[in-house]
Amino acid sequence: MRRGPARLLLIVALPFALGAAKPRLVPDVSENRIEIQYSFTGADLLLFGAILYPGGRVPTEQADIAVVVKGPLQPLVVREKKKVAGIWMNVESTRFRSAPSFYAVASSRPLGQLVDERAAAIYELGLQNLQLSPGPGQPADVQRRFEAGFVDLMQRRHVYVEDPHGVQITDGVLYRGRVTIPAQVPVGNYTAETFLIKDGRVIAGAVRDIRIEKRGFERFVAKAAVRWSLVYGLVAVALSLLFGWGAAVFFRRG
Amino acid sequence: MDVYLPIAGLSVNALVIVALGGVVGLLTGMIGVGGGFLTTPILIFYGIPPAVAVASATTQITGTSVSGVLAHRRRKGVDYRMGGVIIVGGLLGALAGGGIFRLLQDMGQIDTAISILYVVLLGSIGVMMAKEAATALDIIRPRAGKKPPRRHNPLIASLPMRWRFYQSGLYISPLAPLLLGFGAGMLTVLLGVGGGFVLVPAMIYILGMSAQVVVGTSLLQILAVTAATTIIHATTTKSVDIVLAALLLLGSVIGAQLGARLAQKAKPELLRMFLAIIILAVAVRMAIGLGWRPEEIYTVQLL
Repeated sequence: MRRGPARLLLIVALPFALGAAKPRLVPDVSENRIEIQYSFTGADLLLFGAILYPGGRVPTEQADIAVVVKGPLQPLVVREKKKVAGIWMNVESTRFRSAPSFYAVASSRPLGQLVDERAAAIYELGLQNLQLSPGPGQPADVQRRFEAGFVDLMQRRHVYVEDPHGVQITDGVLYRGRVTIPAQVPVGNYTAETFLIKDGRVIAGAVRDIRIEKRGFERFVAKAAVRWSLVYGLVAVALSLLFGWGAAVFFRRG
Repeated sequence: MDVYLPIAGLSVNALVIVALGGVVGLLTGMIGVGGGFLTTPILIFYGIPPAVAVASATTQITGTSVSGVLAHRRRKGVDYRMGGVIIVGGLLGALAGGGIFRLLQDMGQIDTAISILYVVLLGSIGVMMAKEAATALDIIRPRAGKKPPRRHNPLIASLPMRWRFYQSGLYISPLAPLLLGFGAGMLTVLLGVGGGFVLVPAMIYILGMSAQVVVGTSLLQILAVTAATTIIHATTTKSVDIVLAALLLLGSVIGAQLGARLAQKAKPELLRMFLAIIILAVAVRMAIGLGWRPEEIYTVQLL
């Protein structure tokens, strides 16, 4: 049943694929704009597409697919708690200049089996290979400790995700991967990268942009809080006075 | 019922937040504490970023105290002259607190400082109130030979420049309530609390104010200082979430009205005992938290 559309797509795509020496990717995402509204609890993003092989011949040895969704980069400080005089408090800290606010990678097989360390580092494949750009002046082992602690924290907040079986490939041609975007992600420009991997090397790649933004009332409130902050504060106070006064009046009558 | 909070940047269950506001409002109406010492930690526990929790709880306290102040004003339970002095102290304290907050934040020690402050303040006040309430309720007997507590503190009586506060039944220097307000204002900014849990006992035990005006006057101070603090937060940290504040307000203004009614029926000693137990419970919880290995060794702060 699933072969039908795959075949059809191949036939349609055939003329374009002819003459290209390397396989190409035709990627797409289910939504390239995610809008955050009052009841937003997260979104499921579907990354799908086709692998176009030169001549339309699917090789017997199948290639693999990895998809990566990355949020805007943020500079941040990571602090580490230690027990001092019986109290757990922040002792050491490290800066990271470019930590992604969201990172999800899904692949058709565990990444360790797909790519070698060098390729993984180049394409930032996997949570161990994020380029966080730690600040200068700290020994490498300390930096690694902070990186591990940070990545672990973000994983438990569900903003760093690794899904080793999150991509399905049909007939070696069609692929689809699913990435869940939780509600607490920041707004901004996200990228959805797709990599075609064979024999430990990335042989094709493609990028799509995704924009996550607030809409309607939520967008207005977020904008007002920044642009007209004094008015916003006054409105907040007025609102609370009104609530308090309203309840007092209501209860005196009732 | 999930609602997305535009400033906090996440979804919460609206009913949970309204219920939290309701419980806190009950406390406010009954005892005159803003309840921020419960709201802020619970919001943070719920996953709201600490800065947003502190700022929005402050906004909520403003609304709760309005209905409280109005309720107490009808019973002539507000000393405006005393309130005015404490408010001036409170506004100065809020400004000083803002500076300290930023300093501690840059050092990365704000969380620890907040926890230690909570434990020390709540612990000592809780013990003091529990003892007093228990004595009044005849649960424990005062030690034999001990003099009955003096209404007027000698230290405060020695301060210069006395003013008459008719409704509080006091003839004392305004410097004492000014300093008290300063301390409470600092706590408003640092801990996201109204400071009622410090003000109310201090007004009773240190200033010796007459009991009928203590709650109303403390609420008046909280109203003014939290309103100012909301503006400070809105213009500097930009972390007031108006949707979160509205949800909290919805529950708490209703709770405050119900609480004010209950307060007239219940014995004041019993109410103070109740508050003392809650305060001690929060203090113990925080003290355990300081010594226990925290769930998260690493914390992240955006730059």
